[in-house]
Amino acid sequence: MTTATLLQLCILIPAAGALFIAASHRLPNLREGVTILTASSLLAVVMALFQRPDALTLPPLVLATPLPGIDFELQLEPLGLLFAGVASLLWLITSLYTIGYMRANGEEHQTRLYICFAIALASTMGIALAGNLLTLFLFYELLTLSTYPLVTHKGDHDAVTGGRFYLGILISTSVGLLLPAIIWTWHVAGTTSFRPGGILEWTMEPTAVTILLLLYAFGIGKAALMPIHRWLPEAMVAPTPVSALLHAVAVVKAGVFTMVKVVLYIFGPNLLRETGSHYPLLIIASITILCASMIALQQDNLKRRLAYSTISQLAYITLAVAILAPLSIPAAAIHIAAHAFGKITLFFAAGAIYTAAHKTKVSELDGIGKRMPWTMTAFAIGSLSMIGLPPAAGFISKWYLLQGALSAQLWPVAGVILLSTLLNAGYLIPIVYVAFFRKEAHPPHHEHGEAPFIMVLALSTTAALTLVMFFWPEPVLHLATQLTVSQK
Amino acid sequence: MIHLPHLAHLAIWQVLFPLLAAPLCLLLRSGRLAWLIATLASWASLAVSVLLLRTINCNGPLTYNLGGWPAPWGITYHVDALSAFVLLIVSAMAALVMPYAAKSVSREIDVENHRLFYALLLICQAGLLGIVVTGDAFNMYVFLELSSLSSYALIALGKRRRALTAAFQYLVMGTIGATFILIGIGLLYSLTGTLNIQDLAVRIALIPTSAVGHRTLITAFAFLTVGFSLKLALFPLHLWLPNAYTYAPSVVTTFLAATATKVAVYMLLRFSFSILGSRFVFEQLTLGKIMLLPSLAAIIIASLVAIFQYDIKRMLAYSSIAQIGYMTLGISLNSHTGLMAGILHMFNHALMKGALFMVMGAVSYRVGSVYLNDFRGLGRRMPWTMAAFVIGGLSLMGVPLTAGFISKWFLIEAALETGWWSITAVILLGSLLAVIYIWRVVETAYFNPLQEIEDDEHTEAPASLLIPLWILIGANIYFGIDTSVPVDMASWAASALLEGTMR
Repeated sequence: MTTATLLQLCILIPAAGALFIAASHRLPNLREGVTILTASSLLAVVMALFQRPDALTLPPLVLATPLPGIDFELQLEPLGLLFAGVASLLWLITSLYTIGYMRANGEEHQTRLYICFAIALASTMGIALAGNLLTLFLFYELLTLSTYPLVTHKGDHDAVTGGRFYLGILISTSVGLLLPAIIWTWHVAGTTSFRPGGILEWTMEPTAVTILLLLYAFGIGKAALMPIHRWLPEAMVAPTPVSALLHAVAVVKAGVFTMVKVVLYIFGPNLLRETGSHYPLLIIASITILCASMIALQQDNLKRRLAYSTISQLAYITLAVAILAPLSIPAAAIHIAAHAFGKITLFFAAGAIYTAAHKTKVSELDGIGKRMPWTMTAFAIGSLSMIGLPPAAGFISKWYLLQGALSAQLWPVAGVILLSTLLNAGYLIPIVYVAFFRKEAHPPHHEHGEAPFIMVLALSTTAALTLVMFFWPEPVLHLATQLTVSQK
Repeated sequence: MIHLPHLAHLAIWQVLFPLLAAPLCLLLRSGRLAWLIATLASWASLAVSVLLLRTINCNGPLTYNLGGWPAPWGITYHVDALSAFVLLIVSAMAALVMPYAAKSVSREIDVENHRLFYALLLICQAGLLGIVVTGDAFNMYVFLELSSLSSYALIALGKRRRALTAAFQYLVMGTIGATFILIGIGLLYSLTGTLNIQDLAVRIALIPTSAVGHRTLITAFAFLTVGFSLKLALFPLHLWLPNAYTYAPSVVTTFLAATATKVAVYMLLRFSFSILGSRFVFEQLTLGKIMLLPSLAAIIIASLVAIFQYDIKRMLAYSSIAQIGYMTLGISLNSHTGLMAGILHMFNHALMKGALFMVMGAVSYRVGSVYLNDFRGLGRRMPWTMAAFVIGGLSLMGVPLTAGFISKWFLIEAALETGWWSITAVILLGSLLAVIYIWRVVETAYFNPLQEIEDDEHTEAPASLLIPLWILIGANIYFGIDTSVPVDMASWAASALLEGTMR
């Protein structure tokens, strides 16, 4: 099989999976089997891409030419490969978890959920492999639309309101800001292809560069920079597996991934450094990191607390790339993977708690660590990674990030990173503390232990991955450092 | 191998098929047979317009002298890139609407009126095709009256009594518009002594700006512009449109929304570019600036009004006014890209509005009316119909992979070329407002609890409604991916218009 075929398969497999899931809606076991099979074959294809030496040097693969001069095209580069790898690996694990969660909670419309999940993954793969901005925009919008039914899954008033926020903010920013930014880019550069070092001309006025960068920063609503972040907490009305994979990994990472691609491959670090346009982005990201963490401190609803934590962690990635230092750019890539493993573990744990104990609030978690030791241990490992402490993956990205900030001599930014580390600890450590070291206030309504085995298996696996990535970071580091090399 | 003389007859057959079939429908007793004749005539006319398109693609513009009388004396028919494109839009919509009509009409119109209905629809189609195909200004007016009069009657056939007032309102406004156009043509004739479009263009170009006749020319231009603006429902001359679209039978709304206003836009283009000349119209009389503000106002105000409508057909009618604003906006930008975007949007808008109004027809077929409340639970009960609404709506918003996105892209590009950011902002705002009014319906259809169902009849619409609908939906997606045909045609038509030649 040629590498080009593999690229197409990355999108076709989940898309075809959606069809087969729809076809098997009468037989739940077969349907779940199809989901697992689809996820495994996607992972196999992406892993095969990792092995191909020519994967990163392939010319763009043109799918269609909708507009004269602009194609729908796929092209692989290190960051896209990393993102595709993380998303496909975690989809497989999430599929197992979802089966446990949906069955234990007796949710309705399960077929619809699995179909939308598969389409969302196909869109995510499309974003990861997109060869130019137009292709990326296409899959970006598809991802928004395919996740809308997942957010509104419950169909009650809260879900519809949450869905309105979700669709309203994501569509209006992408159509109102991102699309004009893309067309402007095309107008100036005559192309929208991603090229190392950027495609924008040096003739652009510095103010114009800044405005364009801000159009991108706020147009990419999925990156959840403040004040375009409200959709993410609202999206927490979705079932937990959706929050875990999509609103901790696929959707939000698609946002910051686009952000990183735009900075590195559209503007290019040199242009931004010369014009000084990266400073507004640094400031916005820093504010987002601190404000989101402080809001997270006040949230009693566990999933909302995690959502605000996600907003703050996403801003790390934007910050890392905005620093533009050779050490901080890999940090952005590493954090995409590190945060994905850590945060999905935290969400899995939240879902497990909801399934086993029907608890959604932080204040109800006293002593739960004794009843659910595996879940809460995994939660503790995930928390370590969020804070950036060894031996968890978050440490590596934070290390690179801090190094980058110091090498660029951005002392305030280094201060922001340190302060936010304290805040991260402030909203996560108490949860772990009360779970393990405080007595249950009153016995629960019904006796419970761990959540179903398959869910515990999934969350233990992601927690283990967080540790593995700390001790064996080579695959990620290898791709991440290629990002800096290709910029030279 | 067909010889050229035969091919030249294509131009007249384009009009003759529906025009001859119409009286045939009247003579028949049975509505069923009338439908069959109408369908066959519309398909034949589609085949002719496809052949015409291919012919002019190979051989260039086609001129046909009616009865063999050469140009200054006889009436000529003339088909160039723009007219071939609009002919295709009109006849393709007719060919899709006719099969759809069978079931929809049987539910909405009394049996004894069926053959009348098909006869009128065919006359309306013949009129619209005639406007586009003819190369003679007065002949164009005759066809305009033909299509207008038949459409007044078609609207009056709507089953609600308010259809009559709506038709009367349209009749008054439409007649004022047509009269203005007639006065404009009359003034041109008094000035030049000819009605042939190519002749007119040559003689008008010879009139110096200092001549006495120049003021007549300006007066003629004013009458024509107002007349066309009324016919194409340019804001604020749109008042006839919402009622007419709301109360007309579903089939009529679908056909008129997809074709009638486009043909009015065609007339505006033809007179501005091919007769008066773009230099005169845009540089001396600044049509671009005159039309810019109403277009922008249409996009914003009509979209805002659409958000507050509870009758979804009326909502789509207001959306049409906004979309017409996009077309006139493209024209008023006075550049190749802008003109091309406007022409392209005529095609794309026909695809999406045709599909959305067909959804209205299907819902009205099953539920009886199309108020927002009637959509509750339809996502479950009529999955195919509502899925079509969602895709058509996405195209209206301009989501990538749909035809609407392509229009938006070129419009924004044209706006960026002028360097006016505010125009870009208005185009995008229009898209966002479309999200709001489309999503109101989608939320109601998918999230509101099912209505109490007494009879089991409230299920998916019959196949004869769904198939034409889904052909249009498929076209929306297809022309969002492979855009070479419409984009090339629009681009060719735009360059021909800007050169001022009828190529």
